[in-house]
This record gives sequence, structure tokens and C-alpha cells, in this order.
Amino acid sequence: MTVTPHPALSDPQQRALIEAIQGGLPLAPRPYALIGEKIGLNEREVIRRIRDLLEQGVIKRLGVVVRHRQLGYDANAMVVWDVPDARVSELGRCIGEFPFVTLCYRRPRRLPEWPYNLFTMIHGRGRTEVLLRVDELVQCCSLQSIPHRALFSPRCFKQRGARYSVADAQTAGTGEKARSR
Amino acid sequence: MGERTVTLGEFDRQLLDEYQHGLPLEPRPFARIADALGISEQEVLDALGHLQDSGVISRVGPVFRPNRVGVSTLAALAVPSESLARVADIVSAFTEVNHNYEREHRYNLWFVVTARDPEHLEQVLDTIAQRTGLKPLDLPMLEDYFIDLGFRLQWT
Repeated sequence: MTVTPHPALSDPQQRALIEAIQGGLPLAPRPYALIGEKIGLNEREVIRRIRDLLEQGVIKRLGVVVRHRQLGYDANAMVVWDVPDARVSELGRCIGEFPFVTLCYRRPRRLPEWPYNLFTMIHGRGRTEVLLRVDELVQCCSLQSIPHRALFSPRCFKQRGARYSVADAQTAGTGEKARSR
Repeated sequence: MGERTVTLGEFDRQLLDEYQHGLPLEPRPFARIADALGISEQEVLDALGHLQDSGVISRVGPVFRPNRVGVSTLAALAVPSESLARVADIVSAFTEVNHNYEREHRYNLWFVVTARDPEHLEQVLDTIAQRTGLKPLDLPMLEDYFIDLGFRLQWT
């Protein structure tokens, strides 16, 4: 895997900002000012930098992050598809447009154990609703000939936003005994 | 985590429907939202605090695009069913693991690993392999086809 971290992250203040906001903004009248106090930037600078991160695509969205299960969306399936390589982008874009799809990624196959190369996440209120949505994708994107499987999740062991320890490499040691809430 | 379903008021629903993206980037973002909803800034803060405390939302903040800040991968283990809870605990204990789910497949434990660079990521996967005695599938994202505007909730 070749990944180049975004150039914006070579700036220590940008990294400090990302660390300060990744767990959520303070629920206070002036959240950006409070974030700024923590990392030595003024309010206007914090707002400008967050806007930059959004424009650069480092931040996908800024807002309320919903937990599906608590709202009755108690079924989620990772639906995986074995798509001919030449058609992955086309079908990925088709699937990615549906409102009930919350992730749509191309990933590598790992033969012989794992033949699937397109991964979609579908949430629904119950298994039946999820499977109906899979059918809808099959119909609308003409996926009848594409092998797929719906991997439902009976149990969630851990769920939280990614934590990036980018300011201090030493804090990212493996195996720390932090347990999920 | 709890599987209860929370009862929500009208303003809660509007907050969840309309502010999964586009939180105002101005000094008093919650006052701006309050104006749009016709309630007070304090009522918006109280409602968001309540949604957060009850676990309906995990935070008000950013969702980062994968592999822009640090690197990540989706990994899976094929765990004998009698060991699943024990192995899941081993995996969840890593701070680098942020999602960890049981799924119905021979590969029955699926988790996301996030690290600061590819070397660190590989080291975490190696350590997981050592501690569990199982070899993870390593499935990094190659292309993202999804434009994330948040999750469209249906209220009926």
C-alpha cells in the first residue's frame, strides 16, 4: 500500500488542531474559540483551518455523527461483491449514490480466501429491510450476474471515531489496554 | 453497546436530519442553528448534549476521509466460534482499532485499524497475528465511491 499523508499534515499546528477536534467539538457557545485556547490559535484561525481541511477533502464532513443502532437501525450488513476489475469504478459509483449506502469502497481481493473487491455498508431497521435494499441495488445497477454476499453483524464489540495520534508518535504504542465504552 | 431505541423530539430530528454536515463555520455555530430552528442557542446545546449523553450521536465534529490523516485498513480474522469473544477482546484492546464487529462468515471478526504510517499499521497487524495466532486478511481501501453527506434517516 502506498499512501502519502496529506501535505497539510506536515504543519504541527494543523496536526494539533486535528487531534483537538477529532473527538468532537465542545458543546459550548463558542466551540472554535475553546479549541483555539487549547492549541494556541485564535478563533478565526481555527475556523479558517477547519475550512481548509474541508476544502482539501481531509475532513469529509463536519456535523452531527449519528450512531445508527440507537435509532432503531439495528441491522447492518457489509455487502461484498466480486466485480470484474474493469467494471469496479462504474458499479461503485452507481451503488455509492444510494442514500441507504453508507460506505462504498474498492478493496483488493485476497485469493483464494477472499474473492470480493467491492465493499458496501447498508444499514436498515431489521434484516428484511437491508435485504430489500440489496435487491434494489441489484435491480438498479444491473448486478444480477455479480456474485455477492451480505455479511450481517450480530454483535458490535467496539465502535468509535478513528483516533489519530499524529502530533506525538510515541503515544501510538500498540496494545494499550484501552477498552471500548 | 445498548440496543435501546431513544424517543426523539421534533428539534432532535431536525438536528439529526439537517446538521450531519455543514455545521456553520462561524464563531457561534449553535446560535446560527438556533436561528434556523427558531429556538434558543441554549436549547440547541442542551438538545445536542442530550443526544450525545444518550448515545444517539457520538459527537458533533469532523469525519475524516480515510488515508488522509494517517493510514487505515479493514482487517478480518477467521476465529473459531468458541474463541470469538476472547479474540475480540484482544483486538478491541488496541487503541489503533476503532471498529470491531462480529460478522456472519467464516471470516467472522472484522475491524478497522488506523495508524500514523504504513509501517506502524503493519506492526499492529503483525502483533494481532502474534497475540491471536490467526492471520488477518488485510484489505486496504483502494478507491472510495461514496460522497458522505451523513446518513439519511427515515422517521416513519
